[in-house]
Amino acid sequence: MKLGRIRPFAAVAAMGALALTVAACGPQNADGGDTGGTTGGSDEPALSGSIAGSGASSVEAAQNGWLAGFAELQPGVNVSYDPTGSGTGREQFLNSTVVFAGSDAALDEEELTMATERCFGGEALELPLYISPIAVVYNLPDVDVENINLPAEVVAGMFAGTVTSWDDPAIAEANPDVELPAIDVIPVNRSDDSGTTENFTEYLSAVAPDVWTYGPIETWPIPGTQSGAQTSGLFDVVSGAEGAVGYIDASRAGELGTAAIGVGDDFVPFSPEAAAAIVDASPATEDATDLRLTIELERDTTEAGTYPIVLISYLIACSTYDNEEDAANVAAYLSYIASPEGQDRAADPEVAGSAPISDDLRTRVMAAIEQITVAG
Amino acid sequence: MAAVTDEPAIRRGPAPGRLGNSIFKGFSLGSGIVIVVLLGLVAGFLLYRSLPAILASREQLEGVGFMQGRDLLSYVLPLAFGTVLSSAIALIVAVPLSIGIALFISHYAPRRLAQGLGYLVDLLAAIPSVVFGLWGVAFLMPLVGPVFAWLSENMGWFPPFSDYQAPARNLATAGLVLAVMILPIITATIREVFLQTPTLHEEASLALGATRWEMIRQAVLPFGRSGIISAAMLGMGRALGETMAVLLVLSPGFVINFFVLQPGQHQSIAANIASQLPEASGLGVDVLIATGLFLFLLTFFVNLAARAIIARRAEFSGAN
Repeated sequence: MKLGRIRPFAAVAAMGALALTVAACGPQNADGGDTGGTTGGSDEPALSGSIAGSGASSVEAAQNGWLAGFAELQPGVNVSYDPTGSGTGREQFLNSTVVFAGSDAALDEEELTMATERCFGGEALELPLYISPIAVVYNLPDVDVENINLPAEVVAGMFAGTVTSWDDPAIAEANPDVELPAIDVIPVNRSDDSGTTENFTEYLSAVAPDVWTYGPIETWPIPGTQSGAQTSGLFDVVSGAEGAVGYIDASRAGELGTAAIGVGDDFVPFSPEAAAAIVDASPATEDATDLRLTIELERDTTEAGTYPIVLISYLIACSTYDNEEDAANVAAYLSYIASPEGQDRAADPEVAGSAPISDDLRTRVMAAIEQITVAG
Repeated sequence: MAAVTDEPAIRRGPAPGRLGNSIFKGFSLGSGIVIVVLLGLVAGFLLYRSLPAILASREQLEGVGFMQGRDLLSYVLPLAFGTVLSSAIALIVAVPLSIGIALFISHYAPRRLAQGLGYLVDLLAAIPSVVFGLWGVAFLMPLVGPVFAWLSENMGWFPPFSDYQAPARNLATAGLVLAVMILPIITATIREVFLQTPTLHEEASLALGATRWEMIRQAVLPFGRSGIISAAMLGMGRALGETMAVLLVLSPGFVINFFVLQPGQHQSIAANIASQLPEASGLGVDVLIATGLFLFLLTFFVNLAARAIIARRAEFSGAN
């Protein structure tokens, strides 16, 4: 009885927002109604309703992938994600405009207090479900090694303007087998405010505070630099000039050369495994709990096989919601994102090219998601 | 009975066309009012939304990341300077070229060729600006790069040409793209004015023994002067507000100087809004709208100045 009541509504609601993906599922869904409670080949109970999220634009591509994947799993739930930016996302979450948020930064103390109120006495969940390596890319067509080795101080020097030529002794020392051209280093940064810039400069100021003296910033502090708007703009600028070096979401590095970054005595090229490894190697923040899995990224780590330039985006939700529908839907959506399928979907270079979280982290995330309940 | 005899003589009731007259009058009056109201609404919106930014304290503005601790005026002025400088470069390149094209079409080219050329120029005006931007990035930039490098190497003592850095994502390239963009509208306007030169003036000049070039200098150019100015202003209006082309071609910066071959020195107001708005929130949005208000005032005064110049030279205009 109940099933019959929900299904038509579910199909309509889902089709409204996810027309293309869900249109294919609609008929299948109707057929499935005869055989029982299965939906889209999953054993999960069929849910319905709609949940809205908003926040970091860095996870937009991944969220689009997850929305599509989740729609196959639970066609009755209409999920939306508005890439309004991390700050706006947290704000909208705290004033109950949305039920979950994406944010490149964890909630601060004041926001945590507000979160308790917003979550009906519960707590906020902060789950690091999007880990994306940032590649240091360069344009040196005459150098045919796979990755040029760049020690951390050299990366900082290139972007701070103290390392100005590709045949600088510091670069040559790290690359004994490579013949480096005597051309100028042209550092290229993002011209718009960007979480990529913030994470990259956070890394620079952590590993080489004497060279990169500007601290972690969102807006590029040095005047007179080459720059490009958005990821694609930066890619075009680096591609356009020999000797250019930039930082870019690793999945978008294309055919540009990517640097192996100095970690300890090693040089590590970016890879999903190395990016996930730095997250596992980093300690939790001091105020982290079982629900708030915030991580103090140890960017100056010397542990072998870790890639230190990564961007972590948290998914923020409540441990308590005031109605069953929200609680069940949010829990189902977050579980899907944390699942191997969800993580692999985002890791597809066609989707977002992120690094899948480790099994250990997944266990803790799943335990946190299980705490989501209904108030009262 | 009387009514029957009356009717053919004097027609009673509303005269034919009276209804049409009043409808048309109402329509054109309404349209006139709509444009004024629209302009007022836009100005009002800009003022209303930028008030928080104008009234904000220094401390509050420091919270806006992309302003990097500047106050509103020192944030807007470099942007306004970049906007005006890029438009000025565009005008310096485009106006002489346009006069040349217009003269060729109106006085030198055979009639058939002139018509075809005229259509071609008008066609250029129909290309969307984002296409010009892409063209600038993919085609013009690699082309002018070596030229800029040569200029910088050999004429680097001249400050605007100093210290060129590849790729050519600088204000000079942006100005060149803008020049190509505003070329059609300037050319089309100037051509129309040149074509209106009184034939008597031209024939008189020729009859006195002037060569064709002398005739153009004596008869066509003085007659068309105000037309050239208004055409240039029309083009400048378009260049000032251009967004996409500048956004794609320029590495932005916030400095007031004339180093047009260096990257990261200048930025235009419109391109800055487009670049910062997606990630802006709260006061940041108000600040961007305030820069928009500044651009609105800037274009307004440029147009006002153009009108004043044209009015002062009214004796040369085609109206007499």
